[in-house]
Amino acid sequence: MKKNTLKRLLSYVKPYAPLLLLSLIFAVGTVMCTLYAPLLIGDAVDCIIGKGNVDFETVGKILIKLGAVAAAGAVLQWAMSNCSNKISYSIIKRLRNECFDKLSELPLKTIDSVPHGDMVSRIISDAEMVCDGLLLGFSQLFTGVVTILATIGFMLSISVKITLVVVLITPVSLFVARFLAKSTFRLFKEQSSVRGEMTGYVNEALGGIKVVSAFSREERSLEEFEVFNQRYQKIGVKALFFSSLVNPSTRFVNGLVYTGVGITGAISAMSAGGISIGSLSCFLSYANQYTKPFNEISGVITELQSAAASAERLFAIIDSEEQTPDAPDAVTLENANGNVEARNVSFSYTKEQRLIENFNLSVKSGQRVAIVGPTGCGKTTLINLLMRFYDCDKGEILVSGIPIKDIKRDSLRANYGMVLQETWLKTASVRENIAYGCPEATDEEIVEAAKAAHCHRIIKRLPQGYDTVLSDDGVLSQGEKQLLCIARVMLRLPPMLILDEATSSIDTRTELRIQRSFEKMMTGRTSFIVAHRLSTIRNADVILVMKDGNIIEQGTHGELLKKGGFYSELYNSQFAVV
Amino acid sequence: MLQLIKYLKNNKAEAVIAPLFKLTEAIFELLVPLIMADIIDIGVAMHDKNYVLKSGGLLVILGVLGLACALTAQYFAARASFGFGTALRTDVFRHISSLSYAEIDKVGTSTLINRVTNDINLAQDGVNRFLRLFMRSPFIVVGALVMSLTISVPLTLIFAVAVPALSLVIYIIMHTNLPRYKQIQKKLDGVTLSVRENLSGARVIRAFSAQKREEKEFSEKTDSLCDSQLSVGRISALLNPMTFVIVYAAIIVILWQGGVKVDTGFITQGELIALVSYMTQILTALIAFADLIIIVTKATASAARVSELLDTKTTVAETASAPCREDPSAPVVSFENVSFSYPGTDEPALSGISFCLNRGDTLGIIGGTGSGKSTLVNLIPRFYDASSGRVRICGSDVKDYRLGELRGKIGVVPQRAVLFSGTIRDNMLWGNENATDEEIWKALDIAQAKEFVEKKPDRLDERIAQGGRNLSGGQRQRLTIARALVRNPDILILDDSASALDMATDAALRRAVAQNRRESVTVIVSQRASAVKNADLILVLDDGECSGLGTHEQLLQSCEVYEEICRSQLSESERGAAK
Repeated sequence: MKKNTLKRLLSYVKPYAPLLLLSLIFAVGTVMCTLYAPLLIGDAVDCIIGKGNVDFETVGKILIKLGAVAAAGAVLQWAMSNCSNKISYSIIKRLRNECFDKLSELPLKTIDSVPHGDMVSRIISDAEMVCDGLLLGFSQLFTGVVTILATIGFMLSISVKITLVVVLITPVSLFVARFLAKSTFRLFKEQSSVRGEMTGYVNEALGGIKVVSAFSREERSLEEFEVFNQRYQKIGVKALFFSSLVNPSTRFVNGLVYTGVGITGAISAMSAGGISIGSLSCFLSYANQYTKPFNEISGVITELQSAAASAERLFAIIDSEEQTPDAPDAVTLENANGNVEARNVSFSYTKEQRLIENFNLSVKSGQRVAIVGPTGCGKTTLINLLMRFYDCDKGEILVSGIPIKDIKRDSLRANYGMVLQETWLKTASVRENIAYGCPEATDEEIVEAAKAAHCHRIIKRLPQGYDTVLSDDGVLSQGEKQLLCIARVMLRLPPMLILDEATSSIDTRTELRIQRSFEKMMTGRTSFIVAHRLSTIRNADVILVMKDGNIIEQGTHGELLKKGGFYSELYNSQFAVV
Repeated sequence: MLQLIKYLKNNKAEAVIAPLFKLTEAIFELLVPLIMADIIDIGVAMHDKNYVLKSGGLLVILGVLGLACALTAQYFAARASFGFGTALRTDVFRHISSLSYAEIDKVGTSTLINRVTNDINLAQDGVNRFLRLFMRSPFIVVGALVMSLTISVPLTLIFAVAVPALSLVIYIIMHTNLPRYKQIQKKLDGVTLSVRENLSGARVIRAFSAQKREEKEFSEKTDSLCDSQLSVGRISALLNPMTFVIVYAAIIVILWQGGVKVDTGFITQGELIALVSYMTQILTALIAFADLIIIVTKATASAARVSELLDTKTTVAETASAPCREDPSAPVVSFENVSFSYPGTDEPALSGISFCLNRGDTLGIIGGTGSGKSTLVNLIPRFYDASSGRVRICGSDVKDYRLGELRGKIGVVPQRAVLFSGTIRDNMLWGNENATDEEIWKALDIAQAKEFVEKKPDRLDERIAQGGRNLSGGQRQRLTIARALVRNPDILILDDSASALDMATDAALRRAVAQNRRESVTVIVSQRASAVKNADLILVLDDGECSGLGTHEQLLQSCEVYEEICRSQLSESERGAAK
């Protein structure tokens, strides 16, 4: 599994192979320059021995060389950073785009069932983790290894004995870092679980803060919060302390290496044939930077692990099952005649709970169908099936005599105009929102539609009129948003309409006015209407009374009342005298 | 940030000790190159092995002491910062609880949640880093300068040029990039928003076959994000190479000038090496400082947001100290010429509302969206304060009550059905902590919730998931109604709280409430004429003004707005006495 993830990630790197190679070459160059520089400084120091004993000519030459090395190192480093930036940001972009494109291929069933916050965090944060972890990881791992090997090489070229001292002490640092990383990891995990609980509590308590104050529970909720807060503090101090040990500890080991080099180097410098003072100074600066890559490498392992975990979460999106694609011979439905038929349709969201069973319906072109019934009776489900947001488990639905499974999804949906109870508007201007269904609409058409939906005046009152950008928490009330959704459909006027509680948040007086526009819109169009309001229901050509996923009664208002069944019970109970 | 410093008050000692120990560690670190210089100049030059070993021992001791100091510093910094965070969190949480609806509306709950969680954590992290590093880096820079002064004053001049040059480079790069980071964050927010919208709007997007368009828009956003990241990356990638070049330029000058000084005998070879070491120490310190500044900048921004929240004062202050005297003969609720406008707007949300309700009365409030229905009922428990006029409960102004006392008399059922995780019983006890199971069942019965609660395997002990996700909208609504009824309040407010109920359940609920609450006041807010039709008094609101007050029959005759609403919703026979 892990191996596959890694392999697959590498396939994303592949298009950038030349760039990667270049960045690796630059990395080697950078390392060489940074390591060669101390060597040159050492050489220079060796030419500056004491009073009257300075070889200025050689020092000058060495210093020019040093300048060149430093400049080259700087340029290479900059080039390397740019290469790896380019690789990593491009890969993130591609991963995000692929995930996003996948979203529109997912069956709605999946979208309805996954927590959206989780999905968002995958596409945003996990993508970031993959890039940080994997690519920085790789480059650090690579430069780290190169640095270590090259340092050992450089050091060996100066003195085998002192190199041995360095190589023997350094693993202590690794050991310390590993130990700390382990305990820190455990503590961090505990800390984040406590933080998660606390955030959960805060979400709930502050999300319902109005209720909390309505019931005067402020003190109580503060007490409850304090319990989490204290627990968080207790674990947090520990976790933070342990995690902040890594730096001082490695600095300490570093100091030991430095001292070891200093002592052995000094002793060696005393004896004949030992190293020079310049070499000693060079060794000392190696000792200073030698432990760093070790720490980085041990860090890289954890980063790689978390990157792999994040990548798996992203791949899970990319791999998730798509909706069955449109059949290759699927037809494009140009202009549906409005006949809709359901034959023996069965459907359920979960296997355990049956919902719609053996459902039959025949609607003639231009008919107005009202769907009524208690909450959870399957009204919205029926709409999901009509729009083919969900596929029937059994049976089929036909539009214009063609089974909808044989119609291209987009063209089927283009024949429906849909207004739902839950208003969804884009974070974009009012204009763009109204023209969402047909972006090529002219301004006049947009205003026309807004007038028909009785929201022209509301829009005019907005700070920038039709150019006001809407946002989630923005300026419009629920009812006003619903009006915009209606305008959106009015602009398109498809042959069939679905209105699911389309006016639930609109006040009655405005609704009354919209009703006239609706009347006009519905004339000659097959429409499915879910509503609580009787005025809408009463005028329907057919009322479908649903209960527990089945149509139990069907007829006009008058017929159903006369029948004295469930509908009349429902109808009378609403207006029964208290 | 400065305003929040007082939250370190419980950890003053820690907050002082941590940087002190950090400084001590830095001093030890600064001594190392000097000792090494002596090893070279004295030990090696004199061939004194003992001196070398002794100095080596000293270095190890310095290392151990340094480690001890660092650990102490880290420990106290951790305690201080978490002490800070914890105290701040408590205070912010308490402060939020004291805010009135007006402030909550203005700030928004998601923002409030963010402040308590993310922002305080960031500020806390900032304090921790600050205590550990903010003193250390400048100290190392200054210390290294002082140390090199002891070696050679003229050579230190090179440092005096190099350090400002390094600082300038770091400053310029950060200064150019900080606003760009904000821009990147903004673009990233845009990308996040797209994902979120496309999930929540999946149905609409597909209904309009706009998937391809959304995909294109998304890829444009990620393109632009990627471009910004690359351009910021190009600039910040300059930091390391440029500092590298400056440091090496300085080292080259030190070596050359140092060579001259050594040649003339002013300094020794070992001291020259020490100078080079100090230069590298300064570099490391400055780079750590640059990282720190980024973190502290973020933390300061968070801290500023938290302070801003703490500065938001509640508009509904509790002024009463003693229990309020009630007049049993006065109306239970009375509004006297009440007007209200939301803070920051001139447009009144309510104007000149007057009515009174006696024991046993039911008031129905009807009107369009935004007509002020909810605002009106929110004035009764003092979620907002009236801008002018008086709201009286049992004869006394609501402002003369203590908030707990006032709200204890009222049962509110808000529009949005909010339940809390815990059992059904836990939620019911919110209304009245001493309620018996019998009383709870009675409330559930009135709220039409008895039947489905009885069907739950654990009945009253059935667990409700966070946000009540394991219940349907209608079930949640009925439980919130029951929660208010458990209190058996003098005043029950139903704020459009039956919207998720089907017509039959809604009617049964109203009937049960009417039968069981003959002694107290009930206020029903609704868009449905059928819900208010049988109330003792109906208040018709239109754009914040009372356009009718009376019974159903009276209003049908006298109030055009009401007549219009009824005509649209009720059949002729239901409307009754219409002409």
